[in-house]
Amino acid sequence: MMEKTKIESGFSSDAKKEPRRIVFITRNTSAKVKDDRGPELMTYPHLLVREAIVFEVLIIAMVVLALFWDAPLEQLANPLLTPNPAKAPWYFLGLQELLHFFPPFVAGILIPTLVLIALIVIPYFHVNVEGKPLWGEKASKRFAIAVGVTLALLLLLAIFDAWTIIVPTVLVAALLVASYYSKASSGWMGSLRLKPLSWWVMTWFIAAALCLTVVGTFFRGPGWSWVWPWGTYAG
Amino acid sequence: MATTFHAALENLRTTRVWKSIFRRGPAITNRTRSVAVFGNLFLHWLPVKVREKSLRARAAYYLGSLSFLLFLLLVITGVLLMFYYHPAAPDAYRDMKDLRFVISNGVFLRNMHRIAAHLMVLLVFCHMFHVFYRGGYKPPHEFNWVIGVVLLLLTLFLSYTGYLLPWDQLAFWAVTVGTNIVSAMPVIGSKVRFVALGGNIVGENALLRFYVLHVVILPLLAFLFIGVHFWRVQKDGGLTVRSKDDDGKN
Repeated sequence: MMEKTKIESGFSSDAKKEPRRIVFITRNTSAKVKDDRGPELMTYPHLLVREAIVFEVLIIAMVVLALFWDAPLEQLANPLLTPNPAKAPWYFLGLQELLHFFPPFVAGILIPTLVLIALIVIPYFHVNVEGKPLWGEKASKRFAIAVGVTLALLLLLAIFDAWTIIVPTVLVAALLVASYYSKASSGWMGSLRLKPLSWWVMTWFIAAALCLTVVGTFFRGPGWSWVWPWGTYAG
Repeated sequence: MATTFHAALENLRTTRVWKSIFRRGPAITNRTRSVAVFGNLFLHWLPVKVREKSLRARAAYYLGSLSFLLFLLLVITGVLLMFYYHPAAPDAYRDMKDLRFVISNGVFLRNMHRIAAHLMVLLVFCHMFHVFYRGGYKPPHEFNWVIGVVLLLLTLFLSYTGYLLPWDQLAFWAVTVGTNIVSAMPVIGSKVRFVALGGNIVGENALLRFYVLHVVILPLLAFLFIGVHFWRVQKDGGLTVRSKDDDGKN
């Protein structure tokens, strides 16, 4: 038996090793003190029951919806009969709205590619892990840069007459300026003052995408002209 | 009545057959409850314990779970629709008419698929923005965010390829408009469009290609990436809980 142990210890095997010290327990502090995960519950049943309830509610809602709303079905596809306007599915109508203002390469290829790259690099580009507010240190310098960038962006958009992006941009910029001058320490303006730069960029992006999609879906008619969703046009 | 039912269920859980199926007896202790999760193929990517904070409806909104549920519903209704569908022109359109006027509950089936598809796109977008605002992309979750972006693209492609399949005017021109954008790509634009459509116009080849992408390739990729996405949530240490939540203010 002794012999065998000796032979085994001759190899650099991972099977048996001397126990290593992995944690120091100093004085009265246990290793668990640093754990800030908060109270925990068992996945089974607490999480699974909640998931099941949420699933059931959604399925019931969908069944009710499916009974009263019918999926659209138009005439047989006809390459010789172009509807006016010809619209993509709703989630691409923001892009189609962009096509109205910008050349096809910019609206159809460049902007979607840049958005996609931006989404992918968010976690790697993001250096502000603690989410420090934009109006923290060097607030006045940052404010000058923010105003400059916003004005340059608005000028660029104005050249292309892209007012469906100008409107949400102006709205978000107004909030940005208001949060800089505000003295509020509580309420929604107070929380707005603590937002980091990434929050402002994403909020601007969502506002612009939402505005483009809604206008493209509900407010565009023949020749991509402005129509009211409650009005009727001969399509 | 309720207690009798409960007792019967409890008895059922101690039987040999139950144990042989679920590899455990009744889940009444924390140990057996843990086994119920990690000893089950379909649940083993979930953590055995979850933080109370991430369970609150307000904290989670269940947007990710619901996106996954909608994906499962789409697979089920989609497979049922495949029984009635021929990916050829104009047969595909006749199948739509059959679904509406001939097949029992055909309208309901198609409605469910359509609603689930639109809702899934919407919820996947909401899930992404919600994760962003909660800071869920921060270390160590960086790569799971990237997988999420891939899943967003797969969702959009799944929805878009499905959009052509009814072969009506709506489908035909939506896909024509979309694929025309592709040809704006410099140098390779028209070539990419030719490969995507199997020709220079949206025709029968395009219908077949979109069909194969929609029912085989994209769902398999989605399943794969959803699996990795769930698995990484657990491996990266569970869902993100903001430090703000700790003091009970937010």
